[in-house]
Amino acid sequence: MIISSQKKKEELLAALDGVEKVFLVGCGACATACKSGGEEEVFQMQEWLDSVDREVTGSVVIDETCHIMRAGRDLRHHRQSVEDADALLVLSCGAGIQSISSNNDKRVIGGLDSLFLGNIRRFGQYEEKCSLCGECILNETAGICPVTNCAKGLLNGPCGGMEEGTCEVDREIDCAWHLIYERLKLQKRSGVFARTVPPKNWDRRGKPGRFNIKK
Amino acid sequence: MSLLQKELTAGRFVTTAEIAPPKGVEIQSALATAANFVDVTAVNVTDNQGANMRMTPLVMAGKLVEAGIEPVLQLTCRDRNRLALQSDLLGASALGIKNILLLSGDHARFGDHPEARSVFDLDSVQLLQAVHNIEQGCDMAGQELAGQPVFFSGAAVSPESEPFELMFQKYRKKIEAGARFFQTQAVFDPVKFERFMVEAGQLNVPVLAGILLLKSARMARFLNANIPGVRVPESLIDRLEKSTSPLEEGVAIAKEMVALARSCCQGVHLMTLGHEERMPEILASS
Repeated sequence: MIISSQKKKEELLAALDGVEKVFLVGCGACATACKSGGEEEVFQMQEWLDSVDREVTGSVVIDETCHIMRAGRDLRHHRQSVEDADALLVLSCGAGIQSISSNNDKRVIGGLDSLFLGNIRRFGQYEEKCSLCGECILNETAGICPVTNCAKGLLNGPCGGMEEGTCEVDREIDCAWHLIYERLKLQKRSGVFARTVPPKNWDRRGKPGRFNIKK
Repeated sequence: MSLLQKELTAGRFVTTAEIAPPKGVEIQSALATAANFVDVTAVNVTDNQGANMRMTPLVMAGKLVEAGIEPVLQLTCRDRNRLALQSDLLGASALGIKNILLLSGDHARFGDHPEARSVFDLDSVQLLQAVHNIEQGCDMAGQELAGQPVFFSGAAVSPESEPFELMFQKYRKKIEAGARFFQTQAVFDPVKFERFMVEAGQLNVPVLAGILLLKSARMARFLNANIPGVRVPESLIDRLEKSTSPLEEGVAIAKEMVALARSCCQGVHLMTLGHEERMPEILASS
C-alpha cells in the first residue's frame, strides 16, 4: 500500500491562503490504514479547519481515491457541497489527489505527503520493500530486493561500506546484500552471484507509467 | 601505456598518493601538493570524496597531466548516470588521462549535500564493463566511437570487510569486468589483510594496499564512526592513546603496514592527509 503522512499544519495553512470554504476528501484505502486520511482523520481535519476559521462545506471518504471514475462518481454525489467550496482538501496519496484534480477544475489542496509503497510490519510501522522498478530481480536474489533494500540500489554485491553485514548508511540496518547472500547460502543456490547483472533498463520505468491489460 | 601500468607490469613495488580537488577554483595548492610527492608513481584525484562537493576531478587530473604528473582519475557512480560517466571517460582520454579508478561512491547522506539525489544508474562492476566497451570502440548502446581510448582501469576493495566471501565475490566480479589493478580501502589489520591477499594473489591482479596515517586516537575513533569501510582496531587506538607523541606512533604504524604490503602485495596507496612530508620516512624500508 501507499504509505503517507499528513503535512504539517503550517504548510497546510499556507496552502489554504485565500481559501474560505473547503470540501474535504479522505480515502478508505491506504490513507485509512496509515491513519493519515480515513474517517477519523477527516473528522479531525474538519475540527482543525473550524479552528482556523475555514468553513467545511462537506466531506466524503472515497473507497479508493486512486480510482479515477469512482472518485468522480462520489464527488458528483456531493455536487452542491463541492460547488460551494473554494477548494478541495484531499487526504490521500498523490495518486488520489490527482484523481480528484482529474475530475474537477477547482483548486485541490493535498493534505498528505506520499512516502513509499510499503509493507506493514505491525500497525503504524511500515517498511519499503519494493521500488516498482519495472524489472524484477527477486527470483535471483532470494526474494530480497537490492534495488530497494540496498541504499545505493547496487546490483552486483555490497559496496565497500558494508561492515559486519551492516549498511554504511545506517549500522542498525542489515546490508541487503548480506541478507541475500545468507538466504541463498541457506537455500544452497548461487542465484544472482552466478552472473554479472547488466545495467538496469530504466526505460521500463518511463514516466508517466502507463499499462493497459488489454494490449 | 601509463607509468603505473608499466611499473606494475614490471613487478616493481608501486606507491600512489592522492589529492582532493579544491573546494573552489584555486587549484595551485592541490597542484603543489601533488608536485611535492616524492617517489610516487601516480596521484589519485578524488571525486567529491565523502560526498562533499568539490571541483570535478576530471579537470584537476587534466591539470596534473599538463604539469607532467600522472593522475589516477577517480570516477564514482553516485553523481553521474551512464551518459555522464561515458562522456567524462571520453573527455579523460582526450586530456591524456589513462589511469582510472571506478567506484560506486559514498552515499550522499555522508556529505555536505545530504539532500542530493544519488544517481547509482550503474554500479562499479557495470562501470568497469562500460569502460571495457569504450576501449573496444563502442559505447554502452553499442554505437561506434571515433577513436579508441586506452585506459588502465582500477577498482577499489575493502579487504577487511566481513563476511569475507561476500566481499570477495564482488572482487572477482570486478576482475571479470576488467579491473586491472586495485587500491584498497585503508587497511589496519595484518591478519585480515594477509588472508585477503592469499585469496587475491591467486587472481593475479596487482593490489595496492591503502595506508592511512593515523594522527591521534581521536582521529582513529572518528574514522571508525564516520568513514564507511574503515575499521581501526582497538589495539592501535590504544597505542596512539598511550603514546606521548601520537603522530610518531601513527608514522610507526604506517611503516609497519608498508612493510606488510611489501611482503604480500604489489604496492601501497598512501593517504597522509596533510603530512606529506612524512611519506619518504613511511616508505623507507626498515
